Amino acid sequence: MCLGVPGKIVEISGPVATVDFWGVLREVRLDIVDEEVQPGDYVLNHVGYAIRKIPAAEVEATMALYESLLREAEREDLMAADIRGEITGGGKNKNG
Amino acid sequence: MADRIAQGRALEFRDPRKGRELVGLLARLCGQIGRAPISVMHVCGSHEQAIARFGLRASFPPELDVIMGPGCPVCVTDLPEVDEAIALAMAGVRIATYGDMLRVPGSGRSLADAKADGAKVEVVYSIAQAVELARQTSEDIVFFASGFETTAVATAAVLLAGTPANFSILSAHKYIPPVMEIVAEMPDTRVEGFLAAGHAAAITGWGVFERFVERHGIPVVVAGFEPLDILAGLACLLELIRDRRAAVINAYPRCVTREGNRRAQEALWRVFRPIGGQWRGIAHVPNGNLRLRDEWAHVDARRRFKIDLAGLWSFAPPRLAAECICGDIMAGIASPSDCPLFGAKCVPDQPVGACMVSSEGTCRIWHEYGGRPDLRR
Amino acid sequence: MADRSDAKIALKHGAGGRAMRALIKEVFVDRLDGSGGPGIGLAAMDDGAALPLGDRWLVVTTDSHVISPIFFPGGDIGRLAISGTVNDLAMMGATEVLALTCAVIVEEGFERAQLERVRDSIDETCRAACARIVTGDTKVMGHGEIDGLVLNTTGVAIASRVVPDSGLKPGDVVILSGTAGDHGMAVMARRHDLALRGDLRSDVAPLNGMIRCALDAAGDAVVAMKDPTRGGVASALCEMAQKGRVGIVLDGPSVPIKEEVRAAAELLGIDPLIVANEGKALIGVRPDAAERVLAALRAHPLGRDAAIVATCTNERPGQVILETGFGRRLLQEPEGEPLPRIC
Repeated sequence: MCLGVPGKIVEISGPVATVDFWGVLREVRLDIVDEEVQPGDYVLNHVGYAIRKIPAAEVEATMALYESLLREAEREDLMAADIRGEITGGGKNKNG
Repeated sequence: MADRIAQGRALEFRDPRKGRELVGLLARLCGQIGRAPISVMHVCGSHEQAIARFGLRASFPPELDVIMGPGCPVCVTDLPEVDEAIALAMAGVRIATYGDMLRVPGSGRSLADAKADGAKVEVVYSIAQAVELARQTSEDIVFFASGFETTAVATAAVLLAGTPANFSILSAHKYIPPVMEIVAEMPDTRVEGFLAAGHAAAITGWGVFERFVERHGIPVVVAGFEPLDILAGLACLLELIRDRRAAVINAYPRCVTREGNRRAQEALWRVFRPIGGQWRGIAHVPNGNLRLRDEWAHVDARRRFKIDLAGLWSFAPPRLAAECICGDIMAGIASPSDCPLFGAKCVPDQPVGACMVSSEGTCRIWHEYGGRPDLRR
Repeated sequence: MADRSDAKIALKHGAGGRAMRALIKEVFVDRLDGSGGPGIGLAAMDDGAALPLGDRWLVVTTDSHVISPIFFPGGDIGRLAISGTVNDLAMMGATEVLALTCAVIVEEGFERAQLERVRDSIDETCRAACARIVTGDTKVMGHGEIDGLVLNTTGVAIASRVVPDSGLKPGDVVILSGTAGDHGMAVMARRHDLALRGDLRSDVAPLNGMIRCALDAAGDAVVAMKDPTRGGVASALCEMAQKGRVGIVLDGPSVPIKEEVRAAAELLGIDPLIVANEGKALIGVRPDAAERVLAALRAHPLGRDAAIVATCTNERPGQVILETGFGRRLLQEPEGEPLPRIC
């Protein structure tokens, strides 16, 4: 298992693609990638085989996921703060 | 240029500022759950490597217990399987294998021991290299194949593409989803959620977890391997635990879909069939082992060669093996620091148990990073 | 710590880490009579030895070079041999090389033209370092008895002040003179069976000129130096922490690393902090002198990417903590040669 660095296909020759991983080139086989790919596409590599074409849009989707996680958390915190405010403002007063 | 943009994108998954925010979120979620420990398990050696490498344990809230499950395919390869490879090697057959498998102890010795005694054992970095080896020689080459389904698809692809007649496979491949069932059903399990391996799920799809979640009521989040992926994945899992929602969430949408990679799945199941087998230290895992189908008998080392294990019985198992708790560690019941041998009599140079041998093994990873990943004395 | 002592020498014993130091200590240092005299001798296991000569120091160092392949992107064994020795002297504070020796062991069948290529490289590097070879030795061994070409170089210099690698104290900062991992990743990427293509080049270079600038800028405020060769930045910092008995906190994000090096390292599952550098220095300075030294380094062509990467503390003396940006962990020196993971 490895981190599976995404790489960009530079050229394709039969079942073999030359993939650019941030300036380092490596050959990757396309036998089991899930969709047709062409130069310019990003793929996830594992032990020398492309196992997934990574649509550019999905990177956005993942970042959006993080954003929403964090915004949700903020909203909840704000809500909690509101409720806390109501309790301390309106009702029982407890010491400490 | 487009390359810069892509790099920038990728690097966003390593933005420390977002990382700090997510760490803060984890702490808040733990506070909302309001008890300790909150135990979740991951089943991937690469997840533990990423966690260790980026020092994430030092940032996890103290209430959060991220247990390392049986995520190391080499470590869970049982003694008889290793013995098969050793027996072949001792009988004079040339073996090619990934580096990790070289020093895993069988019932008495390892492939490295066999090699030191003159057996022909070579380390390769890819199965393609082993095939290349087979093309360059007339003698038999047996590839001792380890790894989970993500690696097994590469083996399948290689076979489907055609291999020379002198090439065969000794399959020790494993399949992860069944072992999650085992862990979930263990009587003393305290696992409240699973972090599933993103790359295995890229192949199988996250749909494979739906029935598991229904049956056991334990949430599963599929996560990637960048630090932000892991932190966000854990945050999703904690939310599910907090809300008592047993669901599957895909926190790695850039690589994982519900159906997964159909082409890879087809290749996998055309070549392999799952059978029940023993996982080292964990007991019987139904459908946990991948073996070559009958149609592939001609490349199955188990059928091509008569493997005689009797010759190995004369080697007594190492004395220390009795004290080894790798099984418990892999099941997530103990951690390396619970083992008296860890870092003392069991070190990467002279491993006693499989967990210290493989680069995916919990003990090996912890040892590489100093043995105390959370830096708390 | 292991049960059985190593009856046979293994590759790990040459890898620059703990096993190698243990071997050197047990087999040589503890049993050779080199630790009695004044100055920095065998027992210090520093980059070189320093012997008092009146009110100055005679600094001596020796190195053997067995690299394969002999020619690699960015350099070759000749450049490596000269730079290695010049740098060892420089790390002790001796930047004006008095003389070098060069002994050559050649395998029968080695191409004469290649030998001349190596010689040209040696010549060029000597000029760059303002050093000259004054004596040498030549041997030929039978085919298969040695791997191609082995070089041994000894360097001698006179210094008015010796900078040990043990001089760090809490509060000091450590500067890395440039990008980490270049040499090790370039050599590894070259290996045919890893099938990696990219523009990775070794950083091999003589650093004495650059170190002179740093010493001129800050004098006594430079308290410790070490070049992160085998075992990388991790090994060197661990040694400096142990010898100085200080804790070191390394700020991961501050360590300059070339993008290609980072990419290759990711692909192979190797940490750039543990691979060899042959044209970089770790310089420990008193905090108030840090900016001066940084500026002096950056003004030199070999130090353009210099950066402050670590600080010393009194917590966890002898250990190095890496701040990753997401957390922190212990940074250990590698056990043996870095090997790529299955990827």
